[in-house]
Amino acid sequence: MNWFQAVVIGASAGGIKALSTVLSALPKEFPLPIIIVQHLYPHSSSRLAQILQKQSHLKIKEADEKEVIKNSVIYIAPPNYHLLIEEDRTFSLSVEGPVNYSRPSVDVLFETAALAYKSRLIGMILTGANNDGNFGVKQIKRRGGYLIIQDPETAEADSMPKAAIAAAKVNKILPIKQIGPYLLQLVNRSKKGPNI
Amino acid sequence: MDDIDNQNLELQLMLEAIHLKYGYDFRNYAKASVKRRIQHRMTKEKMANFSEMQHKLLYDVSFFERLLLDLSINVTEMFRDPTFYMALRKFVIPELRKHPFIKIWHAGCSTGEEVYSMAILLKEEGLYDQTQIYATDMNEVALKKAKDGIFDIGKLKQYTKNYQKSGGQSAFSDYYSAHYEHVVVDKSLKKNILFSDHNLATDGVFGEMNLILCRNVLIYFNRDLQNRVVGLFYDSLCPDGILCLGSKESLSFSKYTNAFDDVVKEEKIYRRLDSELI
Repeated sequence: MNWFQAVVIGASAGGIKALSTVLSALPKEFPLPIIIVQHLYPHSSSRLAQILQKQSHLKIKEADEKEVIKNSVIYIAPPNYHLLIEEDRTFSLSVEGPVNYSRPSVDVLFETAALAYKSRLIGMILTGANNDGNFGVKQIKRRGGYLIIQDPETAEADSMPKAAIAAAKVNKILPIKQIGPYLLQLVNRSKKGPNI
Repeated sequence: MDDIDNQNLELQLMLEAIHLKYGYDFRNYAKASVKRRIQHRMTKEKMANFSEMQHKLLYDVSFFERLLLDLSINVTEMFRDPTFYMALRKFVIPELRKHPFIKIWHAGCSTGEEVYSMAILLKEEGLYDQTQIYATDMNEVALKKAKDGIFDIGKLKQYTKNYQKSGGQSAFSDYYSAHYEHVVVDKSLKKNILFSDHNLATDGVFGEMNLILCRNVLIYFNRDLQNRVVGLFYDSLCPDGILCLGSKESLSFSKYTNAFDDVVKEEKIYRRLDSELI
């Protein structure tokens, strides 16, 4: 059993490249679900899963409403919908208005994930040119979750990781290339218990 | 018990209280979104917990009305998902044409943008005059806006783009008059639309519809309520009637999955099958 039960990731401008780097470092037996909000133009088609699939050993799919969240699967928020996690670990979707000018919004995912997974959650903020995720990282921290933020120096757009670092006491700030390997190590190490 | 458990308990009590006092039933809504919206209202009102909020909403109707607005999502646009309207023109309109008189139900019509989109489409296809559209929502404020047919001018550019992409046959500007900050939809679009109050969680069947549209409403319901509502639609459709859901909704996991057939699978357009077949 792993201490951690899920990973949530928020990314915006420059995110597709950053996500590719992180996800390509993970083996297909990576034991947790990974749930991603990447900001997109609202009317873009949903090819993100296909694009990222090329870089990943894990199965990647767009999250469906009421879908049961499974280990070793990467889920992407569909364009123009908010993605929420229910406490029974299924997905919900919503078309309520944009949050931080964004739909999907990182805050909405993180906020609901924090309630569903409490301290068993790893939250990650990558590159981005806004401050979506700011409220979400605070909620993850409040419930005892673990935060990994991309080193703003290595981010294509640094305001989102910078804002996250300012908003909450984060556990780890890492250059983009080291995030995947570190995540793997962290999750494997956590099999022994919460002493991390 | 930690504070999350307490909060869930308080939430359950509060939804029960809302139902008992005001008749609105949110008990079978998907929890995460309801909780999130109530929590944000609580923060805005500087309240300590849901119990404090429950007290206020029982004794202060105007506060409940504000909360009701938070809880009913009223985000929509004209010709939302243009490929859906394209599919309507191509695959559903020919079916409707077979009937001398057409009845359409827009369930959860919100502020009416998609109802007027439908009216435009029917007009262009020469079917509007033989159609009665019933547009319903549980939220009276939204319904009033829908009836008025007045929209924010800032959205016009997106609507025009959607309309063109959806296979629109004339100039979008034919259907509205523009004022300084808003646009008013053309009167001729309104004449066969009946707006009325209907709550999918608590109200009953609307009879003999040829087409029912209910897009991005079911996503807010839990499985039980989804099943109830799809059953309501089944009973409200005439034989071979068409049901349209939102782009991320489907009947695949519903109790009624075998009661409908795909018309356009990727656009979530379904046809009611005969009851003997279920």
